Amino acid sequence: MEDIISHIRDKLKDSIIKVEEKATPRVYIEFKPENIPEAAEFVFKELGCRMITASGIDTPQGIEILYHFSQDVSGKVISLRTLITNKKSPEIDSIAHIIKGAEWIEREIWELLGVNFKGHPDLRHLLLIDDWPEGKHPLRKDNR
Amino acid sequence: MSHKVIVPIGPYHPLQEEPEFFRLHVDGEKVTDIDIIIGYMHRGIEELSEHKHFHQVPYLVERICGICSSSHPYAYVLAIEDILGGEANVVPERALYIRTIVDELQRLHSHLLWLGLAGHFIGYNTVWMWAWRYREPLLDLFEMITGNRNHYGISKIGGVIHDIKDEDIPAIKKAMDDLVPAANMFKGAVMDDPVIHARLKGVGILTKQQAIDWCTVGPTARASGVDIDVRRDDPYGVFDKVKWNVIVEKEGDVFAKAVVRILELYESVGIIRQCLDKMPKGPIDADIKDIPPGEGIGHVEAPRGECFHYVRSDGTNRPVRHKIRAPSYVNIASNKVAAVGQTISDTTITLAAVDPCYCCTERVAVLDKKTDKQVLNGWDLIKLSQEKTEKIKKRMGINV
Amino acid sequence: MNVKLKALTKSIWVFHAACSPCNNCDIEILDLLTPRFDIERLGMVLVGSVRHADALLVTGVPNYKTKERLKILYEQAPKPCVVIAIGNCSCGRVMFRDSYNSPCTVDEVIPVDVYIPGCPPKPEAMIAGVAKLINKLKGK
Repeated sequence: MEDIISHIRDKLKDSIIKVEEKATPRVYIEFKPENIPEAAEFVFKELGCRMITASGIDTPQGIEILYHFSQDVSGKVISLRTLITNKKSPEIDSIAHIIKGAEWIEREIWELLGVNFKGHPDLRHLLLIDDWPEGKHPLRKDNR
Repeated sequence: MSHKVIVPIGPYHPLQEEPEFFRLHVDGEKVTDIDIIIGYMHRGIEELSEHKHFHQVPYLVERICGICSSSHPYAYVLAIEDILGGEANVVPERALYIRTIVDELQRLHSHLLWLGLAGHFIGYNTVWMWAWRYREPLLDLFEMITGNRNHYGISKIGGVIHDIKDEDIPAIKKAMDDLVPAANMFKGAVMDDPVIHARLKGVGILTKQQAIDWCTVGPTARASGVDIDVRRDDPYGVFDKVKWNVIVEKEGDVFAKAVVRILELYESVGIIRQCLDKMPKGPIDADIKDIPPGEGIGHVEAPRGECFHYVRSDGTNRPVRHKIRAPSYVNIASNKVAAVGQTISDTTITLAAVDPCYCCTERVAVLDKKTDKQVLNGWDLIKLSQEKTEKIKKRMGINV
Repeated sequence: MNVKLKALTKSIWVFHAACSPCNNCDIEILDLLTPRFDIERLGMVLVGSVRHADALLVTGVPNYKTKERLKILYEQAPKPCVVIAIGNCSCGRVMFRDSYNSPCTVDEVIPVDVYIPGCPPKPEAMIAGVAKLINKLKGK
């Protein structure tokens, strides 16, 4: 199923930064942070992919977020990659209003990495206690 | 008169493993909203994993969940082998067969465990005792193959740790032969019993669209007509070399979820039998030392659904980032739609149906929504709930 | 010997408190009730409310959320109440001792009478542990 990548290329060609394909059925597509809701909506609603989860990663360049989608028909795992360079107060638009299943993972990334999801309906602690010290994010490398 | 109350369930309750906290917003007997509070199990394994050597991580991720303790290490080693160029290119063939056999044995024991607990939740303790009785021989098999009843420690990067000895194979085959009549009995007991029909059919319905919207996986999604199974869609192990079927039901209620799990028992038995016949001789470990920089994704079909691991390596001997997504993470969230509109007495089995099983008879208190004052204690509520169930059964003309 | 303690050794009712375990110890505890091991023949019953319990079975490493609740559970239990820590995690924190969400061991929160190590301990080990506890209570 090569056409899923060409579909994404056709539709979102202006916002794609880079496409990486692995030998195994794994595809990584890099976007700018502001294009993520549009890309996620296209992949989820038009292409019928299932959202698996999102991974937040603290890298020296900034906070990287990967939205993993699975196209169950072909077995491909498509990861939308984005890099938020502002590490002081990282922000990105929420996709929870598009994909209900993304609600919990955004809450998790918010509390573990301190990324603010703009427009999330219910951004509060999921895993940690409610009075967890503010500004202390366990998965940030500088907080170890 | 409408009587709006909040029913807190948990976090501690008598028979279930995981402490979880459900806050049910109730109007009369009807659940109008549900607030799920988790985090009682959070141990920071993702962060701990970043401090461990690549070869130590399977030991750690095995302890994420005791029931799927083959799935998590398997997904992790798949992610590492994705960095190395794919499982099939790295791992010796015999190891693939052993991984598949242990994975399916785990599915058998997990489904039997759920069947037993589900029986217990609707008041069929006999089902519980029988299901767990048939589960014991499977645990003996695990002890024989891997040396431990529950944490198998079978997967390692590039192969498996324990070989299946030739003299053990007849015992595994015999256990499979013994399991089929037991599965037949359960199939008969569930499919033919009018009380189970009355209690489970039409309860906790998750429609196909809801299942897709909430990104549910595994038997929860398959019972709602979503035809997904990682074993078929992105084959790992030797699932593409053996014959088996994906079980899909359309109804989406608790009954369908039970049927999917019972029918999957037969498929698992079939897979194990074929694997034992086809298993080649040879090495079981590729002996991999260094992990090159890169990123990899591994996902397997755990008994509860897709279990997903993402690992990034920077060429050192520790992962930079290790993201884990267990199947219940998305399935529990879907309770938000499945339980709303049910009565309290049906909530237990609905919440249990996705298999982070749940029972609610303890630390339950009814609070008046306006004043937050306790108006009923836990035992009154359970009594009410039980009486309600009895009434439903009587109205339907079923003698218990 | 204390009369209350003597009464307790006749038939121990246990309550199961899971403090962020991995489920395995918990499943093995449930396994104890099922036909192969059947601890009810020894008079032990798993009860639904801590207020009926003579013994607390604690599994796992407490995290910040469960730590407070474990303390409350112990306070609610009628005394004398014996505490049995099941599994490596609750005996010591093993590999979770470096976790950001695991502040203490079980015995720093509540007093523990018996430790049953193992990952998970076999049901036979749990029965043996409880037998030792009863002997200890009897002063043997």
